[in-house]
Parts: sequence; C-alpha cells; structure tokens
Amino acid sequence: MAAIEMKNIVKQYGDGFPAVNDVSIDVEDGEFLILVGPSGCGKSTLLRMIVGLEDITDGDMVIGGKKVNDLAPRDRNLSMVFQNYALYPHLTVYENIAFPLRLAGKPDSEVDEKVRAASKTLELDEHLERKPGNLSGGQRQRVAMGRAIVRDAEAFLFDEPLSNLDAKLRGQMRTEISRLQKRLGITTVYVTHDQTEAMTLGDRVAVLKRGVLQQHATPRELYENPCNLFVAGFIGSPPMNFLPATVKGNQVELPFGTVTIPEDKAAKAQGKGLLIAGIRPDHFEDANVVDSDKVTDEATFKATVDVVEWLGNEAYAYIPFEAPPEVEKQLQQLERDLDGESLRTQLVVSLDGASRIAEGDEATIWVDARKIHLFDPATGENLTMDAEHAGIVPGGNAMAKAEEVGEQQDAVQPGSDQATT
Amino acid sequence: MKTKTTIGTWIGFILIMLWCLFPVAWILSLSFKSEGETATGSPQFLPKDPTLDNYSAILDNGDFTRALVNSFGIAIIATALSVIFATLAAYAIARLEFKGKRLVLSLALAIAMFPVVSLVGPLFDMWSTFGLFNTWPGLIIPYMSFTLPLAIWTLSAFFREIPWEMEQAAQVDGATSWQAFRKVIVPLAAPGVFTAAILTFFFAWNEFVLAISLTSTTASRTVPAQMSFFVGPDPFNPPYAQLATASVIVTLPVIVIVLLFQRKIVAGLTSGAVKG
Ligand SMILES: Nc1ncnc2c1ncn2[C@@H]1O[C@H](COP(=O)(O)OP(=O)(O)OP(=O)(O)O)[C@@H](O)[C@H]1O
Ligand SMILES: [Mg+2]
Repeated sequence: MAAIEMKNIVKQYGDGFPAVNDVSIDVEDGEFLILVGPSGCGKSTLLRMIVGLEDITDGDMVIGGKKVNDLAPRDRNLSMVFQNYALYPHLTVYENIAFPLRLAGKPDSEVDEKVRAASKTLELDEHLERKPGNLSGGQRQRVAMGRAIVRDAEAFLFDEPLSNLDAKLRGQMRTEISRLQKRLGITTVYVTHDQTEAMTLGDRVAVLKRGVLQQHATPRELYENPCNLFVAGFIGSPPMNFLPATVKGNQVELPFGTVTIPEDKAAKAQGKGLLIAGIRPDHFEDANVVDSDKVTDEATFKATVDVVEWLGNEAYAYIPFEAPPEVEKQLQQLERDLDGESLRTQLVVSLDGASRIAEGDEATIWVDARKIHLFDPATGENLTMDAEHAGIVPGGNAMAKAEEVGEQQDAVQPGSDQATT
Repeated sequence: MKTKTTIGTWIGFILIMLWCLFPVAWILSLSFKSEGETATGSPQFLPKDPTLDNYSAILDNGDFTRALVNSFGIAIIATALSVIFATLAAYAIARLEFKGKRLVLSLALAIAMFPVVSLVGPLFDMWSTFGLFNTWPGLIIPYMSFTLPLAIWTLSAFFREIPWEMEQAAQVDGATSWQAFRKVIVPLAAPGVFTAAILTFFFAWNEFVLAISLTSTTASRTVPAQMSFFVGPDPFNPPYAQLATASVIVTLPVIVIVLLFQRKIVAGLTSGAVKG
C-alpha cells in the first residue's frame, strides 16, 4: 500500500494531442480517489500513466515515495481492472485469478490458498473451473476484481469498471467495491463518469476538463462549493440551474424576481454587472410546504410551471425563462461541455412529494438564498465560493485554461470535444 | 418447400462428393489389386481378389521408405521454422508501428506470387555452388520462403483480432513482454498458428518441382519426387498398383493431420475476453 503523488503530469500523444495538462493530484495512502470528467477529458490517459501503460511526457509520478516514471508496469506492482475486464479467455476463472501469482513464481499451495480466499470474497467458488466466455457480465466483472485483489498490490486502479453492467448490478457492485476497498484499506484510483459512483464511492473527487484539473475535493465540498461553472454544472443530478442575475446591495435580481442573499456573499459580487446565478434544484421548494417562518417576500417568487414530474418522494417542476444574449452564449457553451444539449433555458425545481403544484399553475416558489452561488460569466469563476471548504482549487483560472487547451486539441484532432466512449 | 431445398442440397452434395472422391476411391481400389489385374484390358472397379502384396512390397522398398523419412523430416522442419518465424514477424507487424511495414507486407506477398518454376534454374545454380544441392536444407530453405508470406499474412490477421488490452492486462499482472506474448497472445492466436502450420506442412509435403530439381539421390528426395521414379521394367506398362499404393500411403498422414487439428482450428476462441 502506498500513496500516489502526481506532480505536474503532462501527456502529449504522438500526434501532438495534449490529453493531460499539468495535473497535480496527491492520493493519500488508503484513500479512494475518483477521477471524473466528460468523455475524452483524459481520465483513462491519466490512469494509464499511473499504471505505466502510457509514457509520461512531463512531470513526476511518485508511488510510495519512489519516482516510477521510467518503470515498466510489472515493476510498479499495481493492479488494474479494465473497462472491458480483459480476462484471459483461454484460461479458467481459477487460472485467471491465479495468473499474477503464477507470474510471480509463487508455490502452488500459496496460489491455491490465495485464489480460494479471493474467490470466496467475491462469491466465485462455483465458477472456478469455467471459462470467462461462459460467464455473465457481473461474474466477469468479479473475476477481473479477483485478479486485482489476489496480489498484494500497492494500489488498485479502476477504469469505469461498472459501465458495462445494467443499472441494478451496477448498484450492487458499487457497494461491493466500496466494502472491499474499506476492508482492504488499499489506495484506489477510480475513473468514472457516473454521478452516483463519483459521489458515493470516493473520499475525494478530482474533476478534469480537457485534461486540466478543475477542482480536487470531497464530494460534499464539490457539491456545496464548486469552484467554477463547469464543476457546478458537472456535479449533481439533476444539474444546477444557471440563471442570469444582477446584484444590487444584497439583492439579487433573477428572471422571476428579487431575492436577498447574505451580506458576505453579496460583498464578493459587487459591481460585476451581469452575473450567472447557480441554484441547485434542491434549494427550491413549494412555498406551501415550507415552514411559514421561513417564507418571506425576499425569498419567494411566483412563476408558471410548465411540466411536473412526480416521483413519489419528490417532484421535479420545469419553469422556462428567457436568458439575455450576454449569458445565453456562455450557458450554451457550458451545456456542450457537459455533454448535454438542451433546447430551451429552463429552471428545474425539486419539490417535496407533498407539494400540490400541478402543470400550468402559477406557483409560489421559495428559494434558499444562502445556497445561491454567483459566477462571473466571463471567466466562469465562482465569486461566492467558500475557499476554506472547497478542497484544492488549482491556481489560475482552470476553466479558461481548459478552453485554451481545447483549442489546441481541436487543432490536432478536429471534433475531439465530441469524443464518445 | 423446406424439404425440397434440403433434398436439393443433398443431391448437389452427393454429386460433388462423387466427382471429387471417385478418383480417390479408384486409387484405393487399385492399391488392393494384384499386378496382373491392373494390366487386364477391361478392369472392374472392385478388386477381384484383394491383396496386401502392394503394401508389403512398397514398404520393403528401401528407396520409398527413405523418401518417406525425407518427406517427413523436411516438411516438419520447414513447418516448425516457418511457423516460428511467421509468428514473430506477424506479431511485430500487427503490434508495432515501424517504417517500411507496408513494404515488408507487400514484399512478402510478391514472393508468394512468384511461380515456383521460375526459381528452379537460379536455385539449382546457387545450391550447387553453396553445396546445398541434394541436401535437406536445400529443400527446407525454399519451402520456408514460399510458405512464410502466407503464414505471416494469416497470423497477422489473427494477432490484429486480439485486443491490445489482453497484453496490457498481462503486463500489469507482472508479465514481461515475452511472457505476455507466450502466455497470452500465442495461446489466443493458436487457431491461426495451427492454420499456418497446416498450410505450410501441406505445401512442403506435396511439393514436386523443387523436390525433383534440387535432389539427385534418395539422400534428400521426397515422396512426390520418388514416385516419378516408379517406372518399372516396361515403360509402356507402369506399375499402376504400386503407384496407387504409394499415393495412398502419402495421403494418409495428410488425412490424419487434418482430423487431428480440425478441432483446434475453432474460431471464436477470443470470445469472453472482453465485453461489448
Ligand atoms: N493514442 C492516442 N493518440 C492520440 N490521441 C489519443 C490517443 N489516445 C487517446 N487520445 C485522445 O486523448 C483524449 C483523452 O482520451 P482518454 O481515453 O483519456 O479519455 P477519457 O477521459 O478516458 O474518456 P472516456 O470517458 O470516453 O473514456 C481523447 O480526446 C482521445 O482522442
Ligand atoms: Mg476512458
């Protein structure tokens, strides 16, 4: 077991494509780190540089206090679970799991003992003599895990290990991985673009865009204190709402009305002209179900609800609005960066299941004004971020840097922002 | 409708089988006939009086058994070397990016397209000078060079099918490049290796032009060449029964090999390696 330190890691592919740019991340011993970001942002590339399957163009990769830049994969003693498992089809499940031990020249008795222990943990006992070709997706996934845990590796690396499974199995395996990692207490780096996996599994999450690190913090910190528009929009589902806003004193003018925000937040956003306000769907509520002492004119507005999706415990209400052209462009760009495509600017509001608001109603909506974030539309920076509770935010403007890299990337591989999995 | 097509298929199948197998059956029947019976004016299909004399005679024939040994030796050595070289070369072609890769591939193809006959003259001169005339290596070397291209093409197609990740997984598991190649890639390419081996073996086993031109004694003459020396005392009455027997004997190993390896040449061995 060992800590992994990435110091100013750069990866430029043979064709000049800058896939990873000056990324520094420390993974502590025993920590579970998640790498997230949109497709093509260099997550797999970074992981493959840790494990040694990809050369490091610049920077230092330090594992367990030792610089490993020039070591072959086999000398790094890491184990990896590939996205498509990469099991050896000509070997039985038993031999697949035993493979790393056999290579290490372990005696048969030790191999047998360890393989059986791993297969017991992963409930693979009755499949040991079968070939991977005859197993289901979930079973193959477990074999790949078995091959990873059978060896006393310094760290585990996972590249989207659950993306090939159906939703139910994914949920089961997610808890399984979490439990296993806690029990073994082994340093883990896990690549995903699944929201739930990112939020639930990791001790900390590193968000990448175009190979540039945006923010590296705990899931809670990312959710409550995103450092810029990109992170704010990427973390959370349904995503944060972005609305045009103007700040006057401690009053914020939104398309639906004016709300009052705390003094300290207002102070940070004075005199910046037109801003983008970010409000999570959860931070709205039907004024009728909120404690009456919270409902004041400063914190409510009236709007006509377009569509309501009732899910039992909660309901999503959709409220369309017009965005002024100054922010419209920025919002559309953001939408594209987040792999999405929305047809109209609309507000998504999460309501309590008890709410009686129906489609077409003129509803009174309450906003938790303390939770509003204000972003500078030009740079994307979060003006109201609480720096003490935002984890590690790289210096300089990460979003602008990603934009810059994006242009270089497009010059090498046109349309690389449309990269698919 | 369905039964009609099945019946049609079967009729076609039987016709083709008859067309192909009749000569084989004729040879088989000939090999059991006595010398006298093959010389009669109007022969019948089945031997009147089946005998094993031809077989015992031919196996007693020192020249023939010697040629059989040569055939086996030369074909097996040529196959082994050809497959080993082809595997290594094909792996490099499938996996590595190097300058002149296309050139290597097209050259290999060009060699395969050369008519064997056109090389007999030059080879004869060269081998005489190098002292390779009428030796095993004198046949093994040209056999290898004629079969390598095909083997390389077949194998590199197989290697390209194997996902890169197999090998990377092996390396992460602690294998050296060589171990990854030997323990993961070669077993996965086994059907390709067997295909290449069989093609090479058949070529070497059946080859006649080089075998007759580059040999002069039974020191290295192979069976196809040796059979052309079965003329018997009367040039107008070749020993048909003996020739047929020799044909049967040289065909047997081919049949055995096909039966043995046909199970190994199963496609889809890589299924289950990766999902999606
Ligand atoms: N061998 C290569 N040569 C050139 N460019 C490459 C190479 N491999 C990957 N890239 C580029 O590097 C970028 C990052 O790739 P990477 O596989 O790391 O993305 P990712 O974040 O894992 O995406 P996904 O979520 O789709 O798996 C991509 O835009 C890809 O086009
Ligand atoms: Mg990837």
